[in-house]
Amino acid sequence: MKYVDEFRDIGIAKKILKDISCHVDGEYKIMEVCGTHTQNIFRYGLRQLLPKEIKLFSGPGCPVCVSPTSFIDKAIAYSRISSFIIATFGDMLKVPGSSSSLEKEKSKGGDIRIVYSSLDAIGIAARNPGKKIVFLGIGFETTIPTVAASVIEAKKNRINNFYVLSGHKIMPPALEALLEDKKISIDGFILPAHVSAIIGSVPYEFIPNKFNIDCVIAGFEPLDILHGIYMLLKSRFDGLKPRVRLQYTRVVKRKGNRKAIGLIKEVFRQTDSEWRGLGNIPGSGLVLSNAYKQFDIEMNRKIIVSRPKENPLCLCGEVLKGLKVPLECKLFGKRCTPQAPVGACMVSGEGTCATYYKYGEGGLTG
Amino acid sequence: MKIAEIIGNEAVVESGGLKKKIGLHLVRNIRIGDYVIVHAGFAIEKLDKKRAQGTLKILKEMGSGR
Repeated sequence: MKYVDEFRDIGIAKKILKDISCHVDGEYKIMEVCGTHTQNIFRYGLRQLLPKEIKLFSGPGCPVCVSPTSFIDKAIAYSRISSFIIATFGDMLKVPGSSSSLEKEKSKGGDIRIVYSSLDAIGIAARNPGKKIVFLGIGFETTIPTVAASVIEAKKNRINNFYVLSGHKIMPPALEALLEDKKISIDGFILPAHVSAIIGSVPYEFIPNKFNIDCVIAGFEPLDILHGIYMLLKSRFDGLKPRVRLQYTRVVKRKGNRKAIGLIKEVFRQTDSEWRGLGNIPGSGLVLSNAYKQFDIEMNRKIIVSRPKENPLCLCGEVLKGLKVPLECKLFGKRCTPQAPVGACMVSGEGTCATYYKYGEGGLTG
Repeated sequence: MKIAEIIGNEAVVESGGLKKKIGLHLVRNIRIGDYVIVHAGFAIEKLDKKRAQGTLKILKEMGSGR
């Protein structure tokens, strides 16, 4: 594939690794925020290729993982109403709620359908006029404008049985909350590639300005990740002032995708939001704006769920903050596996626990 | 993914022999032959071919210890 394969070239990777090793001046802790970066770091064995002074930690960038149990419980409650159809991205099905999961509800006869895009959910709504279709809106700034575009389509085509249960979250307030936590020490961030394609680099500028931490927006391919790490190391090596650096210039613009940002602002408004592991973060969530509130299922039919129950041994919250690795969890690989997950981080392919389970810490020995 | 066909607000993209339909609601000025980043059924941004070549050039010149 053009513009993909070139960024996986082992010969060039070796060159970047050589320059990385020339710029190591002591331990350097990097958090990769996005789950896709985590996946690719493991898939290409990058940890094993890097000098041992470079430590990589995963952050809260897997949308399924950060959705709290209460969100799953609400989705399950809606799925139990006979006139409702739940439309969702596939990786939500196995996430455990307090006492069930969408997968279990589906096997008991709940009408739960997997969609690839929120537009597919509008198609389901058009074909089932007697039902209410609830699309489970999870995801960050990459997914949010796609849902905004679908809501606008629904309004334009007068599809009045399409609704969103919005658990959408935005990244910068979560990073700020993470950095306010004094237990966390990070030298540099690899910021998300495709979230940044939408929002640009400006919303992250508080990270170097307020917390004096360097950042790089790197692409997802292995050469992009290595180049991003090189840029961080070189910045400290040369004594440069921390700032938000752009590696993924072929896609990300400093001001982001203005059209997509416009659609988000039209359809959604900011609100407080509950994150697994990070708790309630002011201004970190999005719900439908006044002009589109007819599509908000919680406005149409409010559902109250009881206090969520979670397994007290699950370390998902600590893992999402980069404070623990999955191997420190007593449930990991024993009671908690991708086939029978206890915590959300074991469910999604982007989840840190699922990634550790699939690839192990492994690598070359001797 | 490469834009193969444009039909109103939708496009057919192809990648490695695979074709699929995506929405163009989030991008502007897309032409056949452009490369786009696709997420959840939509093009979320156009890939800048010149900048991609520029990054590759920088990467190929690395390895000197600088």
